[in-house]
Amino acid sequence: MNITNLLKIALQAIGRNKMRAMLTMLGIIIGIAAVITMLSLGESVRQSMKDEFAEMGTNSIMVMPARQRRGGVDMGKSVSKSLDLKDYNALREGCHYVAAFSPTVSTGAQMVYGSRNHSGAVTGVSPDYLIINNYTMERGLMFTEMDVKSYAKVCVLGKTVVDELFPDGSNPVGQTVRFGNIPMKVIGVLKSKGQGNMGQDADDLALAPYTTVQKRFMGINYFNMLMASAINQESSELAATEITHILRSTHNIGPDDEDDFEVMTMDEILTSMDSVMSLLTLLLTCIAGISLVVGGIGIMNIMYVTVTERTREIGLRMSIGAQQRDILMQFLLESVVLSLLGGMIGIVLGIGMAYIASMLMKTPYIISYSAIALSFFVCVAVGVFFGWYPAKKAANLDPIQALRWE
Amino acid sequence: MSIIEINNLRRDFQVGDEVVHALRGISFGIEQGEFVSIMGTSGSGKSTLLNILGCLDTPTSGDYIIDGTNVRDLSKRKLATLRNRKIGFVFQSYNLLPRTSALENVELPLLYNKQYSARQRRERAMEAICLVGLEERKNHTSTQLSGGQQQRVAIARALVNNPVILLADEATGNLDTRTSYEIMALFQKLHANGTTIAFVTHEPDIANFTNRTIKLRDGHITDDIPVDTQDAQVALEALPVGDDY
Repeated sequence: MNITNLLKIALQAIGRNKMRAMLTMLGIIIGIAAVITMLSLGESVRQSMKDEFAEMGTNSIMVMPARQRRGGVDMGKSVSKSLDLKDYNALREGCHYVAAFSPTVSTGAQMVYGSRNHSGAVTGVSPDYLIINNYTMERGLMFTEMDVKSYAKVCVLGKTVVDELFPDGSNPVGQTVRFGNIPMKVIGVLKSKGQGNMGQDADDLALAPYTTVQKRFMGINYFNMLMASAINQESSELAATEITHILRSTHNIGPDDEDDFEVMTMDEILTSMDSVMSLLTLLLTCIAGISLVVGGIGIMNIMYVTVTERTREIGLRMSIGAQQRDILMQFLLESVVLSLLGGMIGIVLGIGMAYIASMLMKTPYIISYSAIALSFFVCVAVGVFFGWYPAKKAANLDPIQALRWE
Repeated sequence: MSIIEINNLRRDFQVGDEVVHALRGISFGIEQGEFVSIMGTSGSGKSTLLNILGCLDTPTSGDYIIDGTNVRDLSKRKLATLRNRKIGFVFQSYNLLPRTSALENVELPLLYNKQYSARQRRERAMEAICLVGLEERKNHTSTQLSGGQQQRVAIARALVNNPVILLADEATGNLDTRTSYEIMALFQKLHANGTTIAFVTHEPDIANFTNRTIKLRDGHITDDIPVDTQDAQVALEALPVGDDY
């Protein structure tokens, strides 16, 4: 029997039990819809992450002190004091591929204005910090190199801090906010950036000259981190190499010794986050895939029922000359069609769900075409795998017994 | 010419530890154009014989030659092909596919024969359905047909592949007397057109419409005699009119 006729028979048989077919397909529908949604969402979250990183500056570079070991004891990163003003100055003078540099040094602070207060962190930076992190001013001005040199008690506040301390909407510029017991003059307000790339509030910050934070707040002479921005994205690798080279020489690191600092480009961070996301997506997809297996078992179950119900039909078909292969193909195709129909409904449903989810999460809406192609393949595989035994059972029936079946 | 030749045919079944001899060495032949009834009580071996005649089963020993082919050593595949090309089955319970039109039911055997195109199938099925007088009802499904009509569809299905022999298994068993006679009249008409028919039954009045009766008992042939054939059409007209027959 040719495939067209077999297909017709399969569709007729399914059409005869629409309700049952629908319920049988439910497992596959849910499974495929879940897989499609997961893959599409994973793809779109990844894309939105990339977009945000790009906004933040894909050419930014971070230099951090490396983990320190003393006498075989891992001291962690926080104790490291390896980055200081000497490094900062050497880098500023020696780097050709870097457009902007800023050290960062950060400490927690209770900010008080009048009767309001807000617990946050004050970050000591250089004026270049705005360029590196794509911040712009909404009101007032950023502090200058002069302020840095003079340990000026000035600060620039983020939107969240302003909203907390000045709830009536009055202009904070020119006011004095107390950080712990250090009064600081507000000279500017940053334009809101919304959520940061890790989901944190990018507006909950207070910037001050790094010298001020180092000396007046913390009494230290090292930095937590150095941030830089390469002249463009292509040269960020070169800039990283350059930075490594310069720091090795200022730190007097011998050719065989390990760096006591770490240089990370945004590209690297992006790549590592990407692989984490991929793994997460894969995991969720696997979980969703389990319902496909359950759906497949549902199909197998109903195919066994169908074969038993239609034993006489099978006997008749054999008596008028159907080969075992014909019967096998007939029932195999029926289960494949069942699974594929469910798959198609699931694909439509999954696309819809991914669409709604991406609307709610405000991430870009991406249809994962590879997921759809994969779903088709999986459906056929499920149909064949779970339809095989029932179909084999049908094909192996003895026509004499089958014809007598009541 | 002999369509069917059976020589010293035996069929044993293993039931538990016991061997049941369903057929204990029977021999007969059926010539082309014969209308043979095979009679016997239950347990006589007539179902076993019919299964072997229909190539659904193979003999334990002895020969069964249909249209020049000895079936004894054929594979399942070859048996299926043989059934498809040379045999037409008519069952007691019609065995029509549900929710399928009469015409499609009749086409069914040709679906398993690659030599027929869709158009040829349709044409052959139409011919067969006209032969049984159901061209008016060709698009009805089995639930829309009476028992007699369903059996006519089944007969058309058995004829559609031009079989060398038509095997009927208690084909009138589910029908009332009047409809049985109508079906027998149809068989007689087909016989008159040259179709070879083997008709298994346990009803003597039905066997009277055939030309020859083979009687089986305990796996042996007890009688193989020509019949003084009655005309089913005449018998039909002789039935009391308006009676509940």
